[in-house]
Amino acid sequence: MEPLETKQAYQEYVDKKSPNSPIWKNCFNAFWVGGLICTIGQIILNICKQRGFDTATSGTIVSIILIGISAFLTGLNIFNKIGKFAGAGSLIPITGFANSIVSPAMEYKSEGYVMGVGGKMFTVAGPVLVFGISASILVGIIYLIFNTQSITLV
Amino acid sequence: MDIDWSQVFNIASLLKCFFVGGLICIIGQILIDKTKLTPAKILVTFVTIGTILGGLGIYQYLVDFAGAGATVPLTGFGYNLAKGAIENVQTSGLIGAFTGGVKAAAGGIAAAVFFGYLASLISKPKMKKQ
Repeated sequence: MEPLETKQAYQEYVDKKSPNSPIWKNCFNAFWVGGLICTIGQIILNICKQRGFDTATSGTIVSIILIGISAFLTGLNIFNKIGKFAGAGSLIPITGFANSIVSPAMEYKSEGYVMGVGGKMFTVAGPVLVFGISASILVGIIYLIFNTQSITLV
Repeated sequence: MDIDWSQVFNIASLLKCFFVGGLICIIGQILIDKTKLTPAKILVTFVTIGTILGGLGIYQYLVDFAGAGATVPLTGFGYNLAKGAIENVQTSGLIGAFTGGVKAAAGGIAAAVFFGYLASLISKPKMKKQ
């Protein structure tokens, strides 16, 4: 084969030879695993509603159950196997939030139970809470000022 | 109380939930594959977007349509925060903006802290491969 003269030609050669990132396969796996987790949540939600809980309480029960299950699956090293397969499918549901708390805590266990586990738990979950709660306070203040929820929509 | 299992396994609601939940995860997967965002930033992005959409009242339509398919993904966590803030502003004014969000999401946050700590205690650190 001829030597590759320019940088551009080399880049094209590399692009041709390197395998396509399997985005379709990743998306498919994320779709059905994510959908399945949400469906499990919906089944729990329906059971709660049948038992006579209101919508908000049922939603909280669903979150608590899913978070509990995924926290312990992470502790048993099962969740990261699912995560490797499903990518965003297990990251985006609330299970990913629990996973993001347990994984760093496990890793820094050797640094002790207070600053190691207790401190590193919030490496990822901390920013999530900071931005989520701050945004919700802004939403509340904006709602207070304009006193309408869909100001730009109608 | 007897449980009506045909209502629990209502195929139409489960299918809607499956498709909407799956689609939200596909958006996350595309962000992972096509951008250089780390998973942590993607989680933050999803929660923030959920809060904004919840505040605008758009996410409510998705929740009405798909149920847990919209509330279980992290955007639903954000929606819950925004909804709590708005509802508490209606009942108690400015202070509600500060108490409402966390109040609505308190169960999830507390469960995550508690179960997260417990699960870390029982786990064995994975041995690094040599």
